[in-house]
Amino acid sequence: MTEHAAPLLAVDGLTMRFGGLTAVDDVGFAARAGEITAVIGPNGAGKTTVFNCITGFYRPSAGRLWLTRADGARIALERLGGERVASRARVARTFQNIRLFAGMTVLENLLVAQHNRLMAASGFGLLALLGTRGYRAAERAAIERARLWLDRIGLIERADDPAGALPYGAQRRLEIARAMCTEPVLLCLDEPAAGLNPRETEALAALLHDIRASGCSLLLIEHDMGLVMRISDHIIVLDHGRKISDGTPAAVRADPAVISAYLGDEDEDEAESGA
Amino acid sequence: MAYALQQLINGVTLGMIYGLIAVGYTMVYGIIGMINFAHGDVFMIGAFVSLVSLLGLAALGVSAVPLALGLTLLGAVAISALYGWAIERLAYRPLRGSFRLAPLISAIGMSIALENYVQVVQGARVKPLAPVVPGGLTLMTEGSFAVQLGWMQVVIVVVTLAVLALFTWLVTKTPLGRAMRACEQDLKMAALLGIDTDRTISLTFVIGAALAAVAGLLFLLYYGSIDFFVGFIAGVKAFTAAVLGGVGSLPGAVLGGLLIGLIETIWSAYFSVQYKDVAAFSILAVALIFMPTGLLGRADVEKV
Repeated sequence: MTEHAAPLLAVDGLTMRFGGLTAVDDVGFAARAGEITAVIGPNGAGKTTVFNCITGFYRPSAGRLWLTRADGARIALERLGGERVASRARVARTFQNIRLFAGMTVLENLLVAQHNRLMAASGFGLLALLGTRGYRAAERAAIERARLWLDRIGLIERADDPAGALPYGAQRRLEIARAMCTEPVLLCLDEPAAGLNPRETEALAALLHDIRASGCSLLLIEHDMGLVMRISDHIIVLDHGRKISDGTPAAVRADPAVISAYLGDEDEDEAESGA
Repeated sequence: MAYALQQLINGVTLGMIYGLIAVGYTMVYGIIGMINFAHGDVFMIGAFVSLVSLLGLAALGVSAVPLALGLTLLGAVAISALYGWAIERLAYRPLRGSFRLAPLISAIGMSIALENYVQVVQGARVKPLAPVVPGGLTLMTEGSFAVQLGWMQVVIVVVTLAVLALFTWLVTKTPLGRAMRACEQDLKMAALLGIDTDRTISLTFVIGAALAAVAGLLFLLYYGSIDFFVGFIAGVKAFTAAVLGGVGSLPGAVLGGLLIGLIETIWSAYFSVQYKDVAAFSILAVALIFMPTGLLGRADVEKV
C-alpha cells in the first residue's frame, strides 16, 4: 500500500482517563484508506478503550479523532458520540462477545442492518402495508445484498435458520457480514478470531481480504499474532496505554520495544538486580 | 353440556379482548423492559372515544351499522394511538436511562392522571350504550337451556383474529417489525446498526395503543356500559394474561388472554361470580410458581 494514501482515520493525542487510571495516554496513529490496520498489545494495554473512543462509546478525556470522508470532508468522531458514529460517519464495529440477534433468522440479521434504507422506502411501514412497487424493489435489493454476503461467508444454505443456532465461527462471520451490510467506510473488529479454530481463522482471513478488496478499510484488535502478521498492512502496538511501536508487520516484529513488552525486559531485570 | 358450551363461547369472547390488551403490555415489556401501567387506561380511552363516536354518528343520522362501526374503529384507533405516543413521549422517554423504578412510578402516575381526566371530562357515572349488534344464533337447546352465539360475539372473534393477523404480519414481515424485534433483543446493537431506536419504541407504543383501542371498542359493544375505571380491572387482567402467557411473547399474550377469559367465565358459571377475580389471580400465582417464565416465555439466558 502506498505511503501517501490519505489517512481515513487520524487519531491524535488520544487520552482516556477513568478516575485516577489513565487507560490510554496520548496515543496517535493513522489508519489509511484501503488498508488493514491492526492494534495489538498485551492484555490491559488499552486496545479496547481506543476502540470504544473511536466508535463513540467513550468520550475521550483529550485528543482528536478525525475521519476523512471520500469527498474530503473531515468529521470529528469524538464530537459525534454514541450511535451517530455508526450512522453519520459510517464506522461499523463488532464486539469481543457475539451480539447477533439470536432469535432472528440469519437473513433477517442482515436485513436489520439495512433498516434505514428499507424504512425510508417503506414509508415507515405504511407503504409496505400497501405493497407499493418502490418498497418491493427496495426489499428485493436488500435481500440481494444480504444474499451476496451470505454467499461470501458461506452461509447461503442457512439463511432461514435462527442466527443463534449457527456454530461459533459462522456466528462471527455473520456478525462481520451484518456490519458490512450497513455499508461502512471503516470496519472496526474487536478480536474477530477469538475462539476460532485454525480452519475458521483461515476463512476469516479470506473474508477480511475480501472486505478490503471491496473498498472498506479495516481496523482490528487481535491476539492471534499469526493472523495479524499475515493480513495487516500496518500495525500499532500499545503497552500500558502508550504507543510503543507503529509500522509494517516486519518492522514491528523486529522492534525491541515490542519484544520486551511481550516477553518481558531482560535488561530491566538485570539492571534492577545489579543496582 | 349445553351450559358448558355456552360458557366456552363466552369465555373465548372475553379472552379475545384480554388478549388484545395483553399484546400491548407484552410488546412494551419486550422492547424496553418496563410494565406500562397506563396501558389499561389507553384501553379505557379507546372505549370512551368509541362511545362518543357511536353516539355522535347516531345523532348525525348514520344508521348503517357497519359504516358507523368502521368509522368508530378508525377514530378510536387514531386517537388512542395518539395517546399512546404522547404517554411515551411525555412520561417515559425523559426517564429512559434513569433508575428502573422511575418509569414504573411515572406509569402509575400516568394511569391515575388519565382516569381522573376522563372522570372530570365525562363524569363518574356509568355510561350505557344500547346494543349496536343485537341478536344471534341459537346453536342448540337442551331442555330449557338454549346455547346462544350472539352476533356481537362473532364480530368480536372475527375482528380480533383479523387484527392479530395484521399485527403478526407487521411484526414478522415488515422492516418496522424486524426493527422492533431487533430492539427487543439488543437495543444498543440495533442502534449501532442504524435503527432509530427512539422512533421504534414510539411506534411500539402507538401499535400497542391501537390494539387496546380495538379492544376498547369491542368491550363497549359487548358489555354496553363503561365508566372511567374500566381500564384498571381490564388492564390488570390483561397484564395477568401477559405474565401467564410469558411476558415478552406475543402468542403467549393471546393464549394467556384466552385462558384468563375462560377461567373467569367458567368460575363465575360454576362457582361464584364474586370470586372470579380471585380465581383468575390464584391460577396466575400457581402457574408462576411452577412456570416462572409463563407458558410460552423463554428463560432469560445469562449473557457472558
